[in-house]
Amino acid sequence: MVSGGVTKFAKAHPDMDFRLMVKKAYDQAMDEIPNLTRDQIDGSRISYFSDHFTRQLKAASMVQDYLGLNPKGSIRLEWGGATGGECFQAAYEAVASGRMDTCLAAGFETMSRVATWKGNEFIALASDTNFDFPLGGFYTGYYALMVVRHMYEYLRLTKYAHVKDEREAQRLAIAEGQRIMSWVSVKNHLNATHNPYAQYPKRLTVDDVLKSEMISYPLSREQICTMSDGAATAILCTESMAKRLTDRPVRITGVGTGTDTMRLADRPFGSVPLFPHEKAKDYEHLPYPGVHSFRAGRSAGLEACQMAGITDPIREFDFIELHDAYASSEIQTYEDLGLCKYGEGYDFTLSGAPFLKNIDYGLPVPKAGTIPVNPSGGLIACGHPVGATGLMQAVFAFWQLQGSIRQHFGDPTLQLRNARRGAIHSHAGTGSAVTVSILERGF
Amino acid sequence: MARPKTFQHFRDVQEELGKSGAAIFQDADGVESLVIDSPYSIHYIHSYAEDSPFFLALAEGKLLGSRCMNHACAFTYATPRGHCMICGHATTWVELPKNGKIHSWTTCLFGSEAFLKETPYNLALVEFEGAGSLLLVRLKDCVQSEIYVGMPVEARFAAEPKYSITDVWFVPTR
Repeated sequence: MVSGGVTKFAKAHPDMDFRLMVKKAYDQAMDEIPNLTRDQIDGSRISYFSDHFTRQLKAASMVQDYLGLNPKGSIRLEWGGATGGECFQAAYEAVASGRMDTCLAAGFETMSRVATWKGNEFIALASDTNFDFPLGGFYTGYYALMVVRHMYEYLRLTKYAHVKDEREAQRLAIAEGQRIMSWVSVKNHLNATHNPYAQYPKRLTVDDVLKSEMISYPLSREQICTMSDGAATAILCTESMAKRLTDRPVRITGVGTGTDTMRLADRPFGSVPLFPHEKAKDYEHLPYPGVHSFRAGRSAGLEACQMAGITDPIREFDFIELHDAYASSEIQTYEDLGLCKYGEGYDFTLSGAPFLKNIDYGLPVPKAGTIPVNPSGGLIACGHPVGATGLMQAVFAFWQLQGSIRQHFGDPTLQLRNARRGAIHSHAGTGSAVTVSILERGF
Repeated sequence: MARPKTFQHFRDVQEELGKSGAAIFQDADGVESLVIDSPYSIHYIHSYAEDSPFFLALAEGKLLGSRCMNHACAFTYATPRGHCMICGHATTWVELPKNGKIHSWTTCLFGSEAFLKETPYNLALVEFEGAGSLLLVRLKDCVQSEIYVGMPVEARFAAEPKYSITDVWFVPTR
């Protein structure tokens, strides 16, 4: 990766259609590597999630022609919430396969063109329309179903095992889970106050998060990402080309993709695919993934880490930008990516490990800085224009590894010292598809 | 013909579209964008295809799952599917018990536009004796504080079927 660009994500950009948003993100990427001319771009991979949102089919063709890239090759990617992550990997494959020397990855979504609850309907059409959608068609509801079970497995059956009354034990477990999820929300929103591209930067307390409007029990408004308009681009090329374009390239050393059933109801109860630092004995009595964990995230993480030669993610990654569409899924993803064992996600959060060391969150975080997660603010605070989101993560990770956060954000706070290797993680509907890509400093 | 009204807030633009069908959004730099109302509605011809027997059975007060016909597998799905996802063999229809247990649940206080008027509603994933997978349903006739993982529940069926998954719902077993 030699350059990237991202528009400021916003609730609505009525002044820009998807073509202009991508053009701005493209120009930003191109401006930073003046040695690259448009003629040297061999083709593109373009991503957006929903034709419903654009109400313009084949919108990727219109991006291609607005950028003046015809008649070069292009492929449109769609893979639900993981659309941007897939696009990044498709561009990687175009270069790695030798098909292209230089490939543009571009993604966008214009979600403001319909009212919020209609937008939720469009998103929920990415659930089974025979069995799931007609029950309420609501993705927050689906994730709530997952985290209620996660809290049952990992709080009710452990921390609250001593409580005899079943209802009371589960209430306590959920209340504790809500409190811990709120830590994630506080972290990501506060990180974002140092990121000028973020849609919802703010300082919140755990209480603010808990008192925000309940959307689908136990998930409250501040624990959920919102809809956005936005675009992002990444320029990928061969190593020899990269050396001509920048003295600070980033190497993509691992890519992984995983999938799972569309319907939550069909998820199996099997055994955990293990990272090298885990043992089968750790999960002897754990039905996996059930509806509490994202098997696709584990598969994607394992594939990417194996390719990059990583055996112990928490020690070998300097930071992770992951798909926190919900505060719950950030905690579930800590476990999928092997940052802690399954069942340890809540304690891992409370240890402060995924927090930044140099920010005062108003929370006791003794292990802050261990492995900063979503230093940019993540989806919860940056916004989630679906087709752009995975590429936004790539751009923020790229700047992090370049050491150019101060230059791009106008604020050095989020620049991690000596960040050499990071991962980006893009995730589709209830974990039905996940991508993990590993980026390393290439200079 | 007068120019459409101009607004500085996008929310006001949306409101105006409902009244006159057109509005101008003016951003902080004074740049104007013309926005129009553009209705979008479809009558989709939705075939349940190989899942059809399930929905026809609901109308008769029966809950069908499917079982893999490969005897070495014989996995039973509470949400039916025509072919087994474990071994690839065809499945056959089996009747599920009308009683189950809650595997997980939530209460939705919002939903997509089509279902907003039905909020709040409960969703539950139900486990059945003898089935290896779950079924997602609405859970009715109970208040949120009653619901818990493991709670025994039983099926109810619509007297007037709409041929939708909502023709079945579950209530607590009392």
